[in-house]
Amino acid sequence: MLQINNLVVEIDGKRILNGLDLSVKAGEVAAIMGPNGSGKSTLSYVIAGKEDYEVLDGEIVLDGQNLLEMDPHERAAHGVFLAFQYPLEIPGVATMTFLKSVMNAQRKARGEEELTTPDFMRRVKKAAERLHIDQEMLKRALNVGFSGGEKKRMEILQMALLEPRFCILDETDSGLDIDALRVVAEGVNALRDPKRAFLVITHYQRLLNHIVPDSVHVMANGRIVRSGGKELALELEASGYAEYKEEAA
Amino acid sequence: MSAEVTPIRTAAETALIERFKAAKGELPGDGEVAKRREEAFARIEAAGLPHRRVEEWKYTDLRGLMREAAPLAPLPSAAEAAGAIAAAEAFAAVDAVRLTFVNGHFLPGASSTGGLPAGVEIVPLAEALASGHALLREMGRVAVGKDNAALALNAAFMADGAVIRVADGVPVAQPLHLRFVNTGAAPFATSPRVLVAVGEGASVTLLETHEGTAGVAYQTNTVVEIFAGAGTNVSHVRLNAEGDGALALSTLAVSLGAEALFNTLGVVTGSAAARHQLFLAFEGEGSKVSIGGATMIGGRQHADTTLVVDHAVPGCESRELFKTVVDGEATGVFQGKIIVRPDAQKTDGRMMSAALLLSETGTMNNKPELEIFADDVQCAHGATCGALDEDLLFYLMARGLPRGEAEALLVQAFLGEAIELVAHEGVREALLGRTAAWLAARAA
Amino acid sequence: MPAVQETVERVKTLDVDQYKYGFETHIEVDKAPKGLSEDIVRFISQKKGEPEWMTEWRLEAYRRWVTMREPTWARVSYPKIDYQDLYYYAAPKKNPAPKSLDEVDPEILKTYEKLGIPLREQEILAGVEGGSRVAVDAVFDSVSVATTFKEELRKAGVIFCSISEAIREHAELVRKYLGSVVPVSDNFFATLNSAVFTDGSFVYVPEGVRCPMELSTYFRINERKTGQFERTLIIADKGSYVSYLEGCTAPQRDENQLHAAVVELIALDDAEIKYSTVQNWYPGDAQGKGGVYNFVTKRGDCRGANSKISWTQVETGSAITWKYPSCILRGDNSRGEFYSIAISNGYQQVDSGTKMLHLGKNTTSRIISKGIAAGRSENTYRGLVSAHRKATGARNFTNCDSLLIGDKCGAHTVPYIESKNASAVFEHEATTSKISDDQMFYCLQRGLDEEEAVALIVNGFVKDVLQQLPMEFAVEAQKLISISLEGSVG
Repeated sequence: MLQINNLVVEIDGKRILNGLDLSVKAGEVAAIMGPNGSGKSTLSYVIAGKEDYEVLDGEIVLDGQNLLEMDPHERAAHGVFLAFQYPLEIPGVATMTFLKSVMNAQRKARGEEELTTPDFMRRVKKAAERLHIDQEMLKRALNVGFSGGEKKRMEILQMALLEPRFCILDETDSGLDIDALRVVAEGVNALRDPKRAFLVITHYQRLLNHIVPDSVHVMANGRIVRSGGKELALELEASGYAEYKEEAA
Repeated sequence: MSAEVTPIRTAAETALIERFKAAKGELPGDGEVAKRREEAFARIEAAGLPHRRVEEWKYTDLRGLMREAAPLAPLPSAAEAAGAIAAAEAFAAVDAVRLTFVNGHFLPGASSTGGLPAGVEIVPLAEALASGHALLREMGRVAVGKDNAALALNAAFMADGAVIRVADGVPVAQPLHLRFVNTGAAPFATSPRVLVAVGEGASVTLLETHEGTAGVAYQTNTVVEIFAGAGTNVSHVRLNAEGDGALALSTLAVSLGAEALFNTLGVVTGSAAARHQLFLAFEGEGSKVSIGGATMIGGRQHADTTLVVDHAVPGCESRELFKTVVDGEATGVFQGKIIVRPDAQKTDGRMMSAALLLSETGTMNNKPELEIFADDVQCAHGATCGALDEDLLFYLMARGLPRGEAEALLVQAFLGEAIELVAHEGVREALLGRTAAWLAARAA
Repeated sequence: MPAVQETVERVKTLDVDQYKYGFETHIEVDKAPKGLSEDIVRFISQKKGEPEWMTEWRLEAYRRWVTMREPTWARVSYPKIDYQDLYYYAAPKKNPAPKSLDEVDPEILKTYEKLGIPLREQEILAGVEGGSRVAVDAVFDSVSVATTFKEELRKAGVIFCSISEAIREHAELVRKYLGSVVPVSDNFFATLNSAVFTDGSFVYVPEGVRCPMELSTYFRINERKTGQFERTLIIADKGSYVSYLEGCTAPQRDENQLHAAVVELIALDDAEIKYSTVQNWYPGDAQGKGGVYNFVTKRGDCRGANSKISWTQVETGSAITWKYPSCILRGDNSRGEFYSIAISNGYQQVDSGTKMLHLGKNTTSRIISKGIAAGRSENTYRGLVSAHRKATGARNFTNCDSLLIGDKCGAHTVPYIESKNASAVFEHEATTSKISDDQMFYCLQRGLDEEEAVALIVNGFVKDVLQQLPMEFAVEAQKLISISLEGSVG
């Protein structure tokens, strides 16, 4: 489904990704783990198309299309969803307004009919209930004054509504207590589907107890240095990243 | 509709023209300096003194305030000077290198420059003007003050002052105290100017105090220009404790190189009418400034602080905090403008002006301005004006403080926020003492 | 809020150059000769069938005007206007004073339909229960051509008609109030208006009456080289309430069109006036050619105790906007409000704000201003808040936020805050910033394109002001905001 070949990325002249290769199959949940500064977040931003990053070499192919040739909003319509580590606040824009705007923008880009208001409301209500998001929260401006946990749940709500084919979770567990983490993980697990793949980026193994990965990749020095099954995460939990840091140094 | 309005000159304007004609031959410097005087005065002669309808002077009508043009102050007798210097008490307890100016004239004999490190040059301005000192070229460097009337008046009439140069990399440990003392029985006018060049990586603390005889309508128009190079660290504190009859104009013009730190605090308690102008230009990237003010006025005093911060280069930060306390029938004015030029991306500018009106008859005029031509900036200003918080007063009174003391405590805290910006402990204590004294006098 | 979706769609349909309302209507016009003189003033007055006192009032204004100078303090620049090269009177030729809509030139009606004001439908809908209704006075060039819902308003005792009609039919009210808020010699443009105004709207709401519907005027400049000088006078008598909407458009032209209106509002004891404007005059093309010069004097007088005047404006059009809707807070406990969205793009110049003059006791005011500068435009907020000696207990809160889109534009804030009363509490805050890259990326990642993302974020930025608009206007305003920002990114 997703194929990354020899990805080389710099920011402000500093090399962050250094010939990264990665392959994720449809239906797969792939975890990326690694020490701080190994380039995990950069990878998520480059897949989503953030400016500031200079891609010097390589390609990112999602279902036959090279994402690097697309604008961020085209990638979104093509099915890329990034759950941000720090979701942005947009003052004055009601959450419902935002949700409807983005859902219809993507539908339009794909040549689909726009949602009717009742249909939209029904979808939001259903998804919100599952994530314990109350109606009051949906009336507020997007993410403004939300707690860390509320923001993360709002990300998952958007993921559920936009029905992307490739989801990236960037340190989604950061700043969450165990209860909030469980709610978020349940939300993600409910979206697991044979046609959908996930890239779960995390520093700690904790999240992977709740979202059990099919594969685990260790990232260091801007590339994948080791790949394995879910047991690799447990191994890392026990041994830490010390050996990879040394390798990076 | 295009008929030219014939300027009708006030008595003071006519007298200024006469005084300039009479004095220009006597004032120090020829060639470039004389030319500069002529050019500066031509501006005054053409436009007259600024008045209410000149936007920059909207709240301080200099034409109305300057009823007469006082004669230029001669050097007072040694005895008179000595008496005045002995009476000057501002920052007297602060251990400092002192340069003394009496009625605008630099008195090396009454100064103590012994503690200065090597690499610090001090020349009387009269001498520098006469000899064509190299630093004169930098005069008027800060562009935002270019057409300013007070600066032009000073440039026309400047007679003495000082040129101070701190060489690259020299840290001056002791504060440099510029002590201005004004004395006389009849009205007089002074126009001192001090140029301070701070070499790359050098650091210095400048203290400026202005004191004078009570009950005399003297006029001062002081200019201090600071040219601070890259990587410098300059602190500046100015105290206006002029006599109660004084019309005090003053300008601080500052240019800053890259990665420099600069902070200044202006405290006003004196003068019948005062206008302090501050023009600051960032010339190099990555510099930071803090500009503060604490004004406490009563009676029929008028105090204006006018500030222009010019962000001409990217990546600089400015913080302004001005506190004004107005009692009696006094009028406080704050005009502050932050300019962010087209290339000055990543500018961070924040300005706050807060005023307290303690009486029914005081006036406060606030004009905080933002003028912004770059998009990637964070700029904000705030202004508040009001009386002391009744709830707080009640709280303090309920704890047993009489109303007067409760008020004093709150005013002290209000002004303290600005005064606390001063890093030098002795200077800070002296200023807090001034505040306490002002409050005590008010209560009496 | 489904309107945002519509907004977002609208963005794609228009270019900066493709000003939506830039069509011209071809109808026969009755014009005065070019230029301005006492004779022209008399001509206008005569054309309107005015009484002698009105002619004299105009002439006095004209005589004052010739001694005045055009103000230069605003941060706007434009080539000198030749006031002798303009037409001061242009009226549709057929039926200058229509009795009913059937007498209005069908071409004009078509124009208003294009503007989205189907006058006929309004009449037909008049009998329908439920749906919101707005009474419209349509001013074409300088002449009021149609006023809807007149009958129903008359039943409530509300007078809503053209100012020309009011001068003839309600002379005592006009004489009492005209020029009482904006004096004849107030400023260069207001004085010019006093001399040559050709029409506008008049509203009188009698004591204790709550006007049963929104009143609205649509102004349109059509003729070439014609100045439009409309005059609006609204009086809310004791305990009454009225909400008034003003919309403006002009066709697309290469030369600049002059618009110098005067609006006077008077609120007596316990009365409230809500005045909303959506100003969408032609802003000029992408190179800054053409566009309307909009020099407007708007002032409200809270003359009575407990009265309230609220200004809301959405300014997206005009090459130059010079406009400071103000409140004189004379009555004790009176309240003034100013809510503004000013958007400039291309080469537009906006210098706008308000004055809140606190004269009475316990008067309060609130100013919320949102300025958005894009393209090569200049956008200035200029405002005055003052408390006089007797304004005990006055309160003001001001919030001015500016947003810059692109690095070729300028946003400026020039507030004047003057207090002569210790018990007056004034608070002012202003910020200038840009849309953060992170916010943009977040929206793009969710599938919005750049212009959609900007429109969404800007609509959020101005939300506090949009909320003040009546529903009918809020939707339109939102669309306008997106259209105005077309071409501002990328």
